[in-house]
Amino acid sequence: MRITGAQALIKSLEMQGVEVIFGLPGGAILPVYDPIIDSPIRHILVRHEQGAGHAAEGYAQVTGRPGVAMVTSGPGATNIVTPLANAYMDSTPLVVVSGQVATGSIGTDAFQECPITGVTMDITKHNWLVTDAADIPRTVAAAFHVATTGRPGPVLIDVPKDISNAQMEWYWPQTVEDLDLPGYHPNIEGDPELVHRAAEMILEASRPVIYAGGGILKASGAQALYELAVRTGIPVVTTLMARGAFPDSHPLCLGMPGMHGNYTAVTAMQRADLLLAIGSRFDDRVTGKVSAFAPGAKVVHVDIDPAELGKVRRAEVAIAGDARAVMEEMLEALGSMGIGPEGSAPESGSPAARRPDLRPWISEIRGWQERYPLTYDRSGDTGVLKPQQVVESLRDAAEPGTIVVSGVGQHQMWASQWWRFEEPYTWVNSGGAGTMGFAVPAAIGAKVGRPERAVWAIDGDGCFQMTAQELVTASAERIPVKVAILNNAYLGMVRQWQEMFYEERYSEVYLSPDLPDYVKWAEAMGCVGLRVESPEEVGPAIDKANSIDDRPVVVDFRTDAFEKVYPMVPAGHSNDDIVVSPTEEGAR
Amino acid sequence: MTAVEYGQPVGQPHPLHHILSVLVENKSGVLARVASLFSRRGFNISSLAVAPTDDEHLSRITIVVDVASAPLEQVVKQLDKLVNVVSISELAPEEATERELLLATLSAGPLERGQIVQLVGIFGGQVVDVGADAITVVLAGAPSKVDDFEDLLRPLGIVELQRTGRVALPRLHRLR
Ligand SMILES: Cc1ncc(C[n+]2csc(CCOP(=O)(O)OP(=O)(O)O)c2C)c(N)n1
Ligand SMILES: [Mg+2]
Repeated sequence: MRITGAQALIKSLEMQGVEVIFGLPGGAILPVYDPIIDSPIRHILVRHEQGAGHAAEGYAQVTGRPGVAMVTSGPGATNIVTPLANAYMDSTPLVVVSGQVATGSIGTDAFQECPITGVTMDITKHNWLVTDAADIPRTVAAAFHVATTGRPGPVLIDVPKDISNAQMEWYWPQTVEDLDLPGYHPNIEGDPELVHRAAEMILEASRPVIYAGGGILKASGAQALYELAVRTGIPVVTTLMARGAFPDSHPLCLGMPGMHGNYTAVTAMQRADLLLAIGSRFDDRVTGKVSAFAPGAKVVHVDIDPAELGKVRRAEVAIAGDARAVMEEMLEALGSMGIGPEGSAPESGSPAARRPDLRPWISEIRGWQERYPLTYDRSGDTGVLKPQQVVESLRDAAEPGTIVVSGVGQHQMWASQWWRFEEPYTWVNSGGAGTMGFAVPAAIGAKVGRPERAVWAIDGDGCFQMTAQELVTASAERIPVKVAILNNAYLGMVRQWQEMFYEERYSEVYLSPDLPDYVKWAEAMGCVGLRVESPEEVGPAIDKANSIDDRPVVVDFRTDAFEKVYPMVPAGHSNDDIVVSPTEEGAR
Repeated sequence: MTAVEYGQPVGQPHPLHHILSVLVENKSGVLARVASLFSRRGFNISSLAVAPTDDEHLSRITIVVDVASAPLEQVVKQLDKLVNVVSISELAPEEATERELLLATLSAGPLERGQIVQLVGIFGGQVVDVGADAITVVLAGAPSKVDDFEDLLRPLGIVELQRTGRVALPRLHRLR
């Protein structure tokens, strides 16, 4: 069958099971947009290519399937550079197809020419410039394979216009060998000897902590994590990328560690004698000053990316492998050492029976939880609306399984701290890159991926202004997302740093509470717009927003501009220097 | 090029050099990916040689880096993640046969040639071109030998000098 390269491209996406493309057409990608008309794949026309990329990321984060975005050459392609960088930092599988000027024009500074494979070389897992239409099916299949296997990540396929227009003989690669990837061999299983050694270390530890990272979610490992935690009785911290990987309501869940983590999660890691780091990467926002991080802990580090092992912290046992596969191997090894099902006593005479008693450790942890719970000033004396209260009210009114998406800043930390995540894949955010403007388009992508779920974006006023125009997309495409703007009239997180570390010298952080008028703006974009100015209005507004399901809703919550995120470990400090909220009982 | 500071072992006058022999797919843009990875991760390449292998689908890049072994391990792992990199072997300098090539043009009239030809002869090099008032010589050899040769050539009036990157293969084991 002879078809054009463009037809082959769309057909290849269909073969990959793609159900939705987020994109925006232009000259160089025109041939590819023609067969989209006849394809069962849904195309969602965004208003800015950055929106296409983040929407594809949101879709990928909640479904586990790769997100797909399509853009034209030059500025279309450069507009999606930020989402590529973001997806690279957060290991999100993303396939971006960009148009390119015709091969004969490459290198001539042709209209809308940009060497996007060069630009994105260091922020994609891999990219391809297609130079022969016959390569298209193989390249698309290879792109999906690379994006989704091993440590997932974004890839880009750059397709020159003459290649899209050229004829080719259709085929579809049948095996991985057909993909022409001689240098790509991701590993899955962990070395059994190392797994055995890790299991022994688990049984030797008296102050262990599981340091659960986003890799667990990438590996569909939440169930295995649950088994590992409950069968061993080891408490779990869930990083910003792993919120929801272990239920917040479980007594063994200590919540989020790191710069704005809670006191118990941070301190348990500091005092641990064993850290089981699984799918986590010792990010500087988690470790604080590395040399002072968890000084008494031996480390077992499990990661599918061998380059993460030993990158920041040397591990006593470093296991390269898929988080879920290795946890399952670990459970088997622990089983053979006498660790039974949840709640059962270890087999007598087994190595597990000689295990140190974890009760003193757990009671120490309970002591921290009692003394230093997450708090904020709830007195409501001043009549000002606390952002944390908004998050709590949204949480309490949300139906189970609601997906929460956030931007970047104070509101992101409050969302992560104050929501209660009970299920994996219900939290979507920009962790590694910290990309303002992520929330609105990512929420759209999440809702497209899980239309049966309620999707709330908890956004900052600054972030909202960066990508709000995608609500036009949401209205036009009938994607009923809900957006809560925690409108503190500031670039709040930066304001907080200036207050704490620059002697309250505020430089370029004021935004204004009512410029723009968010309600009018929402309405102009086809959404319902609501405004909440006092604590009493919170409940009714949320109920109203939750009752609307035929269009997007934006709620402008006018929150306390002076509220700060606590606890906080100042950048570059030891985690022992954690500063708790002034409202915390018995604060140091 | 200078070696990155934190990559150098403390108290050692000469930084350790490591030879990476990297087998890559022979495709356009692969060298850029490899080179970019080094700069992105904060490493300096001190010498580089690239050429196709006997298998036309593959090229070999020989890279000399001056770093301690801990950071090197990180760069090797990152390099290994490049989709176009097929395999990497690290050659310890004492276990490798290394060669570099030097081409030099020296200003030399008929009367001065003799001295140069003699030096070239001692080192086992060759005279490859002779002009009216200049002479071009070549030497292929172990890098330290090439260094010595260059030092001795210098006072003789170098017009132009070019050295290649280093290439290396593992040293063979002998039965004793
Ligand atoms: C694209 C981008 N630009 C700048 C920053 C730096 N930055 C981090 S948080 C923040 C403030 C965000 O303001 P807002 O969305 O209002 O959230 P708030 O902190 O007030 O909750 C800024 C400017 C960033 N993370 N991303
Ligand atoms: Mg703000």
